[in-house]
Amino acid sequence: MAFIPHTPADVREMLAAIGAADVEALFDEIPAGLRSEPLAGVPEALNEMRIGRLLRERAAADGMVLSFIGAGAYEHHIPAAVWAIASRGEFYTSYTPYQAEASQGTLQLIYEYQTMIASLTGMEVANASLYDGASSLAEAALMAVRANRKAPSRRILVPATTHPHYRQVARAITGRQGLSFDVLPYDADEGILATSDIVAAAGAVALVVQQPNFFGRLEEVDALTDWAHAQGMLVIAVVNPISLGLLEPPGAWGGRGADIVVGEGQPLGVPLSSGGPYFGFMATRKEFVRHMPGRIVGRTLDTSGREGYTLTLQAREQHIRRAKATSNICTNQGLLVTAATIYLSLMGAQGIERTAAASHARTRELLAALVRLPGVRTAFRGPCFHEAVLRFDRPVAPLLEGLARDGILGGFDLAGHYPELGPALLVCATETKTSADVERYAAALGRLLGAPPVPAGIC
Amino acid sequence: MSTVPAELEYTDAHEWLRRLPDGTVEVGITDHAQHSLGDLVYVELPEVGRAVKAGEACAVVESVKSASDVYSPVTGEVIACNPVLEKAPETINQDPYRAGWMMRVRVAPDAVAGAVLSAAQYTEFLDGKDD
Amino acid sequence: MQSREPTIFEYGAPGRGATDQWPQIEADAVADLPQRLRRKRRAMLPEVSELDAVRHFTRLSQRNFSIDTHFYPLGSCTMKYNPKACNQYATLPEFLGRHPLAPVSQGQGLLACLHELQEILQLVTGMRAVSLTPMAGAQGEFAGVSMIRAYHEARGDHERLEIVVPEAAHGTNPATATMCGCTVREIPVDADGDVDLAALQSAVGPRTAGIMLTNPSTLGVFERHIADIERIVHGAGGLLYYDGANLNAILGKVRPGDMGFDVIHMNLHKTFSTPHGGGGPGAGAVGVNDRLAPFLPVPIVGKDDGRYRWLEEKDRPQTIGRLSAFMGNVGVLLRAYVYIRMLGRDGLRQVADHATLNANYLCARLKALGLDAAYPNRRASHEFLITLKRQARESEVTAMDVAKRLLDFGYHAPTTYFPLLVPECLLIEPTETESKATLDGFVAAFAAILREIVEDRERVKSAPHTLPVQRLDDVRAAKQLDLTWTGAPAADSARG
Repeated sequence: MAFIPHTPADVREMLAAIGAADVEALFDEIPAGLRSEPLAGVPEALNEMRIGRLLRERAAADGMVLSFIGAGAYEHHIPAAVWAIASRGEFYTSYTPYQAEASQGTLQLIYEYQTMIASLTGMEVANASLYDGASSLAEAALMAVRANRKAPSRRILVPATTHPHYRQVARAITGRQGLSFDVLPYDADEGILATSDIVAAAGAVALVVQQPNFFGRLEEVDALTDWAHAQGMLVIAVVNPISLGLLEPPGAWGGRGADIVVGEGQPLGVPLSSGGPYFGFMATRKEFVRHMPGRIVGRTLDTSGREGYTLTLQAREQHIRRAKATSNICTNQGLLVTAATIYLSLMGAQGIERTAAASHARTRELLAALVRLPGVRTAFRGPCFHEAVLRFDRPVAPLLEGLARDGILGGFDLAGHYPELGPALLVCATETKTSADVERYAAALGRLLGAPPVPAGIC
Repeated sequence: MSTVPAELEYTDAHEWLRRLPDGTVEVGITDHAQHSLGDLVYVELPEVGRAVKAGEACAVVESVKSASDVYSPVTGEVIACNPVLEKAPETINQDPYRAGWMMRVRVAPDAVAGAVLSAAQYTEFLDGKDD
Repeated sequence: MQSREPTIFEYGAPGRGATDQWPQIEADAVADLPQRLRRKRRAMLPEVSELDAVRHFTRLSQRNFSIDTHFYPLGSCTMKYNPKACNQYATLPEFLGRHPLAPVSQGQGLLACLHELQEILQLVTGMRAVSLTPMAGAQGEFAGVSMIRAYHEARGDHERLEIVVPEAAHGTNPATATMCGCTVREIPVDADGDVDLAALQSAVGPRTAGIMLTNPSTLGVFERHIADIERIVHGAGGLLYYDGANLNAILGKVRPGDMGFDVIHMNLHKTFSTPHGGGGPGAGAVGVNDRLAPFLPVPIVGKDDGRYRWLEEKDRPQTIGRLSAFMGNVGVLLRAYVYIRMLGRDGLRQVADHATLNANYLCARLKALGLDAAYPNRRASHEFLITLKRQARESEVTAMDVAKRLLDFGYHAPTTYFPLLVPECLLIEPTETESKATLDGFVAAFAAILREIVEDRERVKSAPHTLPVQRLDDVRAAKQLDLTWTGAPAADSARG
């Protein structure tokens, strides 16, 4: 079965129209020596009923657990309307809106999305999205090199408090074009970047500032932005979109605001899905719009003066500029943007603010419960947002294994990326968690640490 | 049929150059070039003071469906760019040889002259391209 | 003609909202956040009821063409039917709810699917190892060329920085070469659409990193000299990159590995029918032979003693690195997995058979109408190129005019003006899932448009007439940038 509609009679008539004896004759331009029996080993077909059963069994084996992991992907409530609409065939099975007249739905939606992202980040313009948050940082670094032509180098300053995977991706994607990343240390007590610690910054293209940073700590974004601008650098902000319900948008950081803003769009209505598909958002100042990669939708008029939407500034892109394009990126993450636009419409500014506040409150509750346990303390002084680092008096990995046996994912072990912290765990609770969930976690961890059970309702 | 003023010189990349009395050179793109590009929507010009070599890409002209590099026909220093083009790129479509000039270059004294065509040679070159 | 659909913002009113979706918060929820880091003014987001939003976005959906509603013969895009089962079983709650950093003990079911997908893609393409992590075709290209560079560097061969591409190549090929720090050498194709071997021979040398090829090519024909190309490029010390854009044409017929390619990316959203989603998400898995295997991007799914795990940098020290925050577009990979398992060996073979049958049939029918194939001496692959150069000269009706008029007949336009070297071209790819009746309907529409060109040319030149908008002013869009909604009507959008 390959969803082929032809009857044997259809095939005969079609071959007759072509003037071919059989279907095999249509492949007579492939040199015979190259032909093989290529699909040996590929399994036989499973019909829909059987594949459904197989997948359900595999999904069931993975199960559902209570997760307190954040670290760049966050579990939030997703209104049913989001995917009920985004999954409509007209969105789900359409292509890139190159034929504007036949794609006004997708195009108008992207225009609305660009408006929402620009407003949320406090910037003037946004593109139609990139692949994910990490690759968006790589694109932002390349864009900064194009936009900051006066900088004598291709060096980007990136704090060690930036998501470690983002730093890896940025290096992998931009290194071939000669970009390098100077990793800036963080203050051991505060877990944030201090400008006084930055040495040898001269001549760098841009400073990356992630807010909240990978530890959940809030960086002093105003001072960092002003400092970078005074050095002739651009500021690339990496932000969590939900946090922007509460936190100062990058467009308002310091005296002039950040120059390029990117982030992971997943918290806006996209399920965790083991890592993707997600989408990366990107916003900037109007003066840099031609340096921005990716699709951009503009509003214009049609031949009879009605408003309509179309892809614009396409001369930046690979299908026109080829080797001189701003990026090789072709697609955006259209379906995820569709979901995010519906999500933002339902939540509105107040809903995002409440989601941020509720998530933050649950994380504070979690921290309060866990630091009561023996040998557990917070790692850093100062405010955080909906995620924080805990230090332990013993290795974290066995504790996480123990919690997993209780159906709890206790957080992200920092031993691999930040060994200098000693046993340390990044934990997160969003608005999806209840006080009972927090108590369940604390009780399970308490048992593993040999503490007496935590009385209910103490938080 | 596109116009090819007799008093200008040309390149096979469809730039024109006008030798000004003060010894500097004014550069733009030809009527043929603006016609094949269509409505221009953006022009990227070099920074004043930039040193350019003959044959070096130093500006970009964009229409909706294409973007083309503009090559300097001479070696020297960019001393001025047409400020009108930033807000009104269509000037090149309307008046490619006068109001639509792109940049002025002070030719370096020791520069080896780039290959340029006379109006007659450029016309012949254009005729040869038609099929 | 449908009326204007207001923007979502215009449905809003202060105080309105889908409040049922908002979480409850305690009064002191954020008391610890310092004021200086707090947002001073709320973002301008819609203030609408849930029903406002549902109606608005449903109406927007109705202003789209899609595979579910229209024939979509978009060349090089493989717009085949996206089976509903793929979506349903890739979105089981356990798959959707799994955190990317969850331990592999809570993911053996998922990893089993991905591991099998890696193995099946190896078999289908004749490659020795696969990484599923690239998030789109262009990222797969990046991974491929980046691996080619890493291979040369690992051998101390630092001068190989040139990538050869045929002039008909998709724009992502040269753009990818640039992203990988390479320069591009374009080579011509001959009158029948094959690579010009003499030009290739003189283009390659000690600076050649490799060649990027699509086969069948972007001209809709199989590259017959592939064995010679392989000999010339490998002989010069370069590697061969297979752009999988047209893999649908050769599934089960010939494998890129057997043609001598060293590395390939696959567009799972084309060949393996994951949805295009209005322009993404895609997935651009890469396959390699033994010499490039050490450089594959991570993570890769490994299997030790029957248990699956992620292979990361520490397991793959020569990897070109990580290309996404986590594991690429897992949900897309699952859909491709379901599709492949549903088709199985025999179904995958039928794909190329029927895609090619449909393309050759449609090409024959259109030629019978008097249209010119760009490569009339060649078999069509799964797609073919029509050139309207003659019509453009005789009647000033362009390929774009015909494309727009097809929309009025309920057919999505073919790919227009690609490849750029063929004037006034339409690249037409019907795919295997379209019926003869659909193809016949498309031919009838084409015939009607050809009559109109003679009888009512303006009707064609001013098309479309039945859609929410007529042709849009792209020049205005680019010059009077209006990228975000500010409350003003389009006609007032500021210049600049």
